[in-house]
Amino acid sequence: MADVASDARVDLAWASAGEIAAAVAAGRASATEVIEAALARIAARKALNAFTAVVAERAGAKARALDEARAKCRPLGPLAGVPFAVKNLFDVAGLPTLAGSKINRDRAPAVRDATLIERLEAAGAVLVGALNMGEYAYDFTGENVHDGPSRNPHDTTRMTGGSSGGSGAAVAGGLVPIALGSDTNGSIRVPASFCGLFGFKPTYGRLSRARSFPFVGSLDHVGPLARTTRDLALSYDAMQGHDPDDPVCARRPVEPSLRALTRDTKGLRIAVAGGYFRRGASPESVAAVERVAQALGAARELELPEAGRARAAAFVITTAEGASVHLNRLRTRANEYDPAVRDRLLSGALVPAALVQSAQKFRRWYRARVLELFADVDVILAPATPGPAPLIGQQMFALDGVETPVRANLGIFTQPISFIGLPVVAVPVPLDPLPLGVQIIAAPWREEVALAVAHTLEQVGVAKAPRPRIANGE
Amino acid sequence: MKEPSMPDPAPLDDYIAAAARVLELPIDPAWQPELRANLELTLRLAAVVAAFPLPDEADAAPVFEA
Repeated sequence: MADVASDARVDLAWASAGEIAAAVAAGRASATEVIEAALARIAARKALNAFTAVVAERAGAKARALDEARAKCRPLGPLAGVPFAVKNLFDVAGLPTLAGSKINRDRAPAVRDATLIERLEAAGAVLVGALNMGEYAYDFTGENVHDGPSRNPHDTTRMTGGSSGGSGAAVAGGLVPIALGSDTNGSIRVPASFCGLFGFKPTYGRLSRARSFPFVGSLDHVGPLARTTRDLALSYDAMQGHDPDDPVCARRPVEPSLRALTRDTKGLRIAVAGGYFRRGASPESVAAVERVAQALGAARELELPEAGRARAAAFVITTAEGASVHLNRLRTRANEYDPAVRDRLLSGALVPAALVQSAQKFRRWYRARVLELFADVDVILAPATPGPAPLIGQQMFALDGVETPVRANLGIFTQPISFIGLPVVAVPVPLDPLPLGVQIIAAPWREEVALAVAHTLEQVGVAKAPRPRIANGE
Repeated sequence: MKEPSMPDPAPLDDYIAAAARVLELPIDPAWQPELRANLELTLRLAAVVAAFPLPDEADAAPVFEA
């Protein structure tokens, strides 16, 4: 891993978190200088519409504290001086937690940061702001009727993907090297795919969701987006660990992934998901998976049994459980929702409970069948999205040769995976003109396997976060 | 995968009206077409799931430990 050049002409916009932390630790850059540069980029690239709040004062104070600590030779942490931002459903002390909504602007400011923010800052990282997202996370597009759409840095007329759209725009646009998102049905992996980023959704229950606004409790995951696998591992290792404030956070020890990143992946048994995952895939998605499979020598194909039904069950659980979070607000403030979100939540409130319970029972059956597959394979490859980023506002696209609504179908390949909580790294394949993601799927609690495979792909150049053209000339 | 047919819209309109009243959810008539389209899609997908044969003893899986 190359360090930041010692001539101090550090390209702070495109340096990785690891490179920034190394430069700050070595005194080649001050944390204050790094954070001021990040704030300047955020101000200069407002057109991406990535941020909904910037916490400049707080970030400056934290950076000064890091610089003072360094002057006193105190340890700085593995993410010293690294600017990061969070989807605006994470609590940030002093800000109302919007979760992409208008309604939540009336909430009292959060009194304490989300656990993951606390853990990243304990490792030396510096929060610079909160990010745009689809309303209440019920979204795959990155559009927001209140704040406007976040824009894809590779083509600002195109979707970032959602619902962690601002997270995708901020990292792909060179504003911050790491952003946090949440993923209920694909909301980290879809923007990672469209924006050409590494997106990481660990096993359900691995990372604490404490003090984040919920969408679907039995499906909600949180995780990072970054431009390198090493930055995913660095931030993941800083965020791991049990948290009694999140009832589903597992009682597992921290299992460091950074050292495992460079493990030899040659002996791993890797298969490509066929059947359902080929039928809806565009030629670009097929090409992206083929490139990855070829680089890994993965000749085997397998089928996730009943993947289409799994996606259907995830859809049903999502709409019903999501509606239960919003039932009281729907009674009193329905007019203030994004109309598209409101109509889905109202519909979700009317789904008969017996059908929802059938979906939960099917979930257990499906989980058992998929876990059986992991007796014979270590990793499964699948496209992250049916194709590259659609245009902002686009309503329909071709899926398996049929014109299909965009909104509900961008997550068809991510939903059957998060449905049973499997860990996934979405890796960016730099196709021209638009990148596209491939899911590296591992067995529960084997995040380090998915990360190591993603790292191998990065090393051979098959997976790479491409620098957007807007960066040229800046 | 079997795709069950669309539910008949007339009873679905009646169901929406009745269920929304029971739940005290105010529904603006202008929202009805989109709401119904969402519910139709959800019920179609739910029927696909419910059509899958599972034994009476099948249990849900609220915990996902390996």
